[in-house]
Amino acid sequence: MTSTAWRGFHGTTWRETVDVSAFIRDNVEPYTGDAEFLSGATERTTRIWDQLSRMFPEERARGIHDVDVHTPSTITSHAPGYIDQDAELIVGLQTTAPLRRAIMPAGGLRMVENGLAAYGYTLDPAVRTTFSQYRKTHNAGVFDAYPADVLAARRSHIITGLPDAYGRGRIIGDYRRVALYGVDRLIADRKALKAGLDDRTSSEDVIRDREELAEQIRALEDLRFMAGRYGYDIAGPATTGREAIQWLYFAYLAAIKEQNGAAMSLGRTSSFVDVYLQRDLAEGTITEESAQELIDDFVIKLRIVRFLRTPEYDQLFSGDPTWVTESLGGMDRDDRPLVTRSSFRYLQTLYNLGPAPEPNLTVLWSPRLPDGFKRFCAQVSMDTSAIQYENDDLIRPAYSDDTAIACCVSAMRVGKDMQFFGARANVAKALLYAINGGRDEMSGDQVAPVSPAVTADVLDYDDVLAKFDSTLDWLAETYVDALNVIHYMHDKYAYERIEMALHDYPVRRILATGMAGLSVAADSLSAIKYAQVKALRNENGLIVDYAVDGEFPAYGNNDDRADTIAVDLVERFMAKIRQQPTYRNAEHSLSVLTITSNVVYGKHTGNTPDGRRAGEPFAPGANPMNGRDRHGLVAAALSVAKLPYRSARDGISLTSTVTPNGLGHSRDERIGNLVGVLDGYTDAGGFHLNVNVLDRATLEDAMVHPENYPQLTIRVSGYAVNFVKLTAEQQRDVISRTFHGSL
Amino acid sequence: MTTGSLHSFDVSTGVDGPGTRFVAFLAGCPLRCQYCHSPDTWHRRAGTPTTADELMREIARYERFIKVAGGGVTVSGGEPLEQPDFVREVLRRCHEDGLHTALDTSGFLGDRADDELLSYTDLVLLDIKSGDPATYRKVTGTGRLEPTVRFAHRLAERGVPIWVRFVLVPGLTDAEANVAAVAELAAAVHTVERVEVLPFHRLGAGKYQALGLPFPLAQTSAPDAELLERVQAQFRDRGLAVF
Repeated sequence: MTSTAWRGFHGTTWRETVDVSAFIRDNVEPYTGDAEFLSGATERTTRIWDQLSRMFPEERARGIHDVDVHTPSTITSHAPGYIDQDAELIVGLQTTAPLRRAIMPAGGLRMVENGLAAYGYTLDPAVRTTFSQYRKTHNAGVFDAYPADVLAARRSHIITGLPDAYGRGRIIGDYRRVALYGVDRLIADRKALKAGLDDRTSSEDVIRDREELAEQIRALEDLRFMAGRYGYDIAGPATTGREAIQWLYFAYLAAIKEQNGAAMSLGRTSSFVDVYLQRDLAEGTITEESAQELIDDFVIKLRIVRFLRTPEYDQLFSGDPTWVTESLGGMDRDDRPLVTRSSFRYLQTLYNLGPAPEPNLTVLWSPRLPDGFKRFCAQVSMDTSAIQYENDDLIRPAYSDDTAIACCVSAMRVGKDMQFFGARANVAKALLYAINGGRDEMSGDQVAPVSPAVTADVLDYDDVLAKFDSTLDWLAETYVDALNVIHYMHDKYAYERIEMALHDYPVRRILATGMAGLSVAADSLSAIKYAQVKALRNENGLIVDYAVDGEFPAYGNNDDRADTIAVDLVERFMAKIRQQPTYRNAEHSLSVLTITSNVVYGKHTGNTPDGRRAGEPFAPGANPMNGRDRHGLVAAALSVAKLPYRSARDGISLTSTVTPNGLGHSRDERIGNLVGVLDGYTDAGGFHLNVNVLDRATLEDAMVHPENYPQLTIRVSGYAVNFVKLTAEQQRDVISRTFHGSL
Repeated sequence: MTTGSLHSFDVSTGVDGPGTRFVAFLAGCPLRCQYCHSPDTWHRRAGTPTTADELMREIARYERFIKVAGGGVTVSGGEPLEQPDFVREVLRRCHEDGLHTALDTSGFLGDRADDELLSYTDLVLLDIKSGDPATYRKVTGTGRLEPTVRFAHRLAERGVPIWVRFVLVPGLTDAEANVAAVAELAAAVHTVERVEVLPFHRLGAGKYQALGLPFPLAQTSAPDAELLERVQAQFRDRGLAVF
């Protein structure tokens, strides 16, 4: 069987042990040319995409298209579903019909019920009975075990967006393994691993590992069964490019049938798939057009991944994102580009099917990537604003050359690392707590422990910084405490059995914390240090506003006076996170990323000493505060690039928008200039860049006439969304945010 | 140590010369162009006294980025040639650092750029306000066309590349004969590499308001696509590369 499937492949190590990275290194054909070879959409592709596109307006208007309220979703719960069975090349849907969403109550029953209620549906009473009387959920478990201070911190929004009511996501199975080895080999492997634990004393850790491995084996068996219902036997390895994509997709599909994690990312599949497609091309069984058609059909499936979520969830992560993140490009450890023709083909789907936010195409950028690929990426960015960039030269040494991004900026070695997603803590609010002795500036409630409040009229930098430092100690402890509870319960009640079946054993676990409000906190400290900031108290003695007298340097202008404050804040908070014990000894990590929650965080944060008004949105991610970056994008980018990756290994996000004219006069010049900016930013140590190339007028018109812009895609902090799917508040935030007329 | 009056700086891409550039805007300008979008740079006193050392220190913060991204340093204004000693020193030191240099000028004070200054100049962004002397005076209030013409030819003799810039203002600079005269001048200067036709915009109106000055073109609209195309074609027809 394997001799047929592996015909013509090179290398040996990957044959003996499960090692997809070695397979890619041994077989990848780097492509250094340009985009000329690419094919357009076939009539078949266009027909299927049009059929779906006709369903999108109604889905957008109603919030969801359809939902199965009766069937808690598992790998095998739903019969096969199709868009157009005879025409589809790659098959498989989450439920029995396209855009019909599934319920996954193991994460939390309330999320399901609220999600249904928001769109006028009612949960099947039998399901409610099952998940309230017979089967506990992750959400119920977490709230059984949360300590009081976590509940208070959560209520006051100093810690928000915790995955305690929904799936944590951000775990990428190495779905490629199913294609390369077939399910039976993987099951045999897991069985051997489990047997290897038989000699170990049955401690709590060992018992849990054995149970998890048993669950993983069951999940692989379910996967094989699910594929069988679609008419495919995936016991053995894939033998063609089409099969490789299909096997890989079945594995991913199993994951999204069972988990509605916040981010359900795909991994790094293009150059793996390319090995198969190149073999087919060499054997003369496919043409470039049919290779592209397979990728197009696969991407159509990735574009219609859907989860049932609540309006509150949308406030945090707007635009119905699924973060089907696919990482493209990058270099290998021997300094060869991992760019293949299929890296181009994935990008080409943005032309063949039009722009779209998903899959979240992420280019791992290095100035040493082939010029043809760099220029094609820049061109696609200009035409679609749909791709993001991350610094391969930072990621590769910190992780490996087979690393993928989960969600927006979270790097993980594929099949070797998993992470415990931790949302984020609001450090700007923490600064206000420090000033007010632990009381919340909006409610007046004592949330953090009582500490000496600022008593002077004029804020003193050293005094405030010392108080802030203590508050951050409390915040880090409370925050990691919450995460430990969450991930204990998620493992217990909503374990990602298929994704973990596609990881090495033992796996490395990363506890991914995050911070919001970096630029607000940094600018506030800068104002206190370089200008005069007077505290204004209300009748209860609570400091609720500030009068700023004088100028102060703002973060985002490549000015070290302000930038070093931001750098210090990241290092300081990470150092405090590191001191906390973690569930399952996970490695500590931190991101500076908000997704679209910068709006919600701002809404729940009072006036700040930098002059920002209560309720005003924060800047997203590590962005400078709106309008305070006065020297253009490059100066802002260089400020962000100073934030130390070693203290924020889970990623640092920068979102920028330029007008086409801000990149140059001609198309060719714009492409070259954008490549240059990406090279310069990467060279400077910048981690992540969202690039939007848009006119302000386009966005304003899209707010008024959404029907004319069904596919208008923009990048927001780490992902892309259909602009017309954002709430009006978020649309205004995007527009008011610094529009860099020139870079 | 030479000191200049610096209004501000910016780092921009694709608009002030090739690639990503550090653009130093010097304060002070002898012209009063009706369409000027930066009236805040008219007076020398509006800037901050800045030594060449200080400016070079600021440029150094972007040097590596600029070299990796491709680009250079543009000295703009105001009218930079109001401060030729300062400009000369800055351009010289940029050259020493291996940075591509551009001078963004109207050419009205071209005589003040001595040969040494030009020897450090890799590119001149030459803003030709008008081709017809009467229109030139009307546009600029205080200027004359002739010094710019003389400067353009001198640059050509020295082999300095030129990107001509022409601001297209409906009802002011758009007359066919006026455009034709600019095109003729550009075509006669063999080092002109391209012509950039810049459509008039009103984004500077707020600055006039802030300074308590009337904006002469408050009622003027941006040129429409048809007019822009006609003017670009006039340059193209002279064999010029138009952007």
